Amino acid sequence: MLVVVLKLLFIVLVIMAAFLPIITWVERKQSAVMQDRIGANRADILGLRILGLFHPIADVLKLFTKEDVVPAGANRVLHLLAPVIAMVPAVMAMAVVPYGGVYRFGQTELSLVVADIDWGMLYIFAVGSLATYGAVLAGWASNNNWSLLGAMRASSQMISYEVTMGLAVVGIFMVYGTLRLPEMAIFQDQTFRLLGFLELLGLVEALPVWLDWIRLPMWGIFLQPLGFILFLTCIMAENKRPPFDAPEGESEIVSGYHLEYSGMRFGLFYTSEFLEIPVIGMIVATLFLGGWAIPFLSQETIIGFVTPVFGEGVATAFCMALHVATFLLKVILMIWLQMSLRWTLPRFRYDQVMDLCWKMILPLSIANVLLTGAAMLWIGGLR
Amino acid sequence: MSVLFFYVFAALAIAGALGMVLNTRNTVAAALSLVVTMVALGGVYVLLGAYLIGALQVMVYAGAILVLFLFVVMLLNLRREEFSPQRQLPTKIAAAVIGLLFLLQFLRLIDGAFGAPAAIPADFGGYRQVGTALFTDYVLAFEATSLLLLAAMVGAVILAKRRID
Amino acid sequence: MVPIEHAIALSGILFTIGTVGAIARRNLIVVLMSIELMLNAVNLALVAFSRLWGNLDGQIFVLMVIVVAAAEVAVGLGIVISLFRNRESMNVEDVSLLKW
Repeated sequence: MLVVVLKLLFIVLVIMAAFLPIITWVERKQSAVMQDRIGANRADILGLRILGLFHPIADVLKLFTKEDVVPAGANRVLHLLAPVIAMVPAVMAMAVVPYGGVYRFGQTELSLVVADIDWGMLYIFAVGSLATYGAVLAGWASNNNWSLLGAMRASSQMISYEVTMGLAVVGIFMVYGTLRLPEMAIFQDQTFRLLGFLELLGLVEALPVWLDWIRLPMWGIFLQPLGFILFLTCIMAENKRPPFDAPEGESEIVSGYHLEYSGMRFGLFYTSEFLEIPVIGMIVATLFLGGWAIPFLSQETIIGFVTPVFGEGVATAFCMALHVATFLLKVILMIWLQMSLRWTLPRFRYDQVMDLCWKMILPLSIANVLLTGAAMLWIGGLR
Repeated sequence: MSVLFFYVFAALAIAGALGMVLNTRNTVAAALSLVVTMVALGGVYVLLGAYLIGALQVMVYAGAILVLFLFVVMLLNLRREEFSPQRQLPTKIAAAVIGLLFLLQFLRLIDGAFGAPAAIPADFGGYRQVGTALFTDYVLAFEATSLLLLAAMVGAVILAKRRID
Repeated sequence: MVPIEHAIALSGILFTIGTVGAIARRNLIVVLMSIELMLNAVNLALVAFSRLWGNLDGQIFVLMVIVVAAAEVAVGLGIVISLFRNRESMNVEDVSLLKW
């Protein structure tokens, strides 16, 4: 029980309390760097500016002290409840993501995942489907036409992309053979020979030994490149990240369902949106980028390397720290990628968003499943 | 511990159901109460060992079907249900009384009628077992439901299309 | 261990509430939602029995019921919308043209 609380504390302290303010800073600074300007750098404490790192604190203080406006004729209970409902799925999805492997300290085994559910990915999909209510209720409870428009766009976009999100990862499930996220991360801890396909196609009898060292880590992105692109698109659209932020179209419907929210209620929406960025990063990192696995050093290698020098316990602890650091690094990489996509691509028009989902991503994901199945039958046991 | 969770979820489910049926003023609140019931039932399914069904319940029922209900309620902007209380009340009282009698009889019937739960393998109700059964023993029913969904899709599109007069 | 009898009792209670709702309410959408509640009560009974007897048939049936319910909701709400377009009312007593 204590261990679970400690793991939860790690998530709350590291991801939510440390990552979130930095992500808001990253957004302003990265967009500034990408757009060849300086960005926000005015907030200072005692004259120290440090590249604008105090801006998140200034933002939070501003949101706390702003007046909480509830529009006339709005449903007060739903207006208050909607940001909370929007926040809950993002937080719940973090419960099944492994940020470290399984470590053996003497007699006990420590697994760095809060809830090791056998059907972990299904849990993420189920919890993610509840996120629709936040947007829909916010739009309806605001008694405002623009909000309702935004809510309708948001809900149909989200339920469409839920379908394709599930289909896009069926290939990954087939390859890994499991829905458990920790097991997927452990699977990706190995490497495979890049030129092994020549052997499988029957072109060579056996690969010469000196070509054996050309290896790639057995990550999802190398095994399922199409799945990676499709899933990244779908999960960004599901969370209404730009360029899929038509429900929140700032130039068309004036912030959509965020319109009538100010003060800390908007702060909750803002937090939930910015919390979904690392959550997307965590899910994609675990499924496609190898989770906590370091590319060419498997857990046994690291522990075997360090044990003669420092002993078993220290070696395992060192390995654990390395794995957690790798995981956080991959999450940071995904955050950077999402920010880059946000500030590079123009917003999709709403019918383009729907067209993309049903006419392009759905057939492509079905084709991906077919191709993966065919490849697995050909190879006769990729697992 | 899981028994406590079961009672919490059961209480939530009943509260949500009552909230839906007894709510005459606000149809949106009724739909939201039903969402609470659906999620609570999903929790009960997981406690009963039906993991795949529990996840699907939340994903499909709470996450898609009830969103559809909310859509319709919000788009049609329904007003308060007008009714003449005098004419309606006998029907409602009769329905409630008959329902209560049925429930009491049902509870009396199931009292002590079942033995202990059977011993189940650890993977019971997991996606692997249900998926295997679905695609081997029950593949005909599975394919039939896909046809049913196709028919429903076509029907819904035709119903919702605007007639070009 | 979850007491299976209490799960079946819960299913009975939910089914009763759903039936009373379907009979006594006049709002068409609430009637549809009560029918969904009844279907869910049946699902719960099926899952409980499947757990009681260690047989997966119940859960497969639940899957079929969920699919049928989804299809029914889609078509049913389409009908409701068409009705509303024609009559501007959500009352079940207003759609009684065929009544003798």
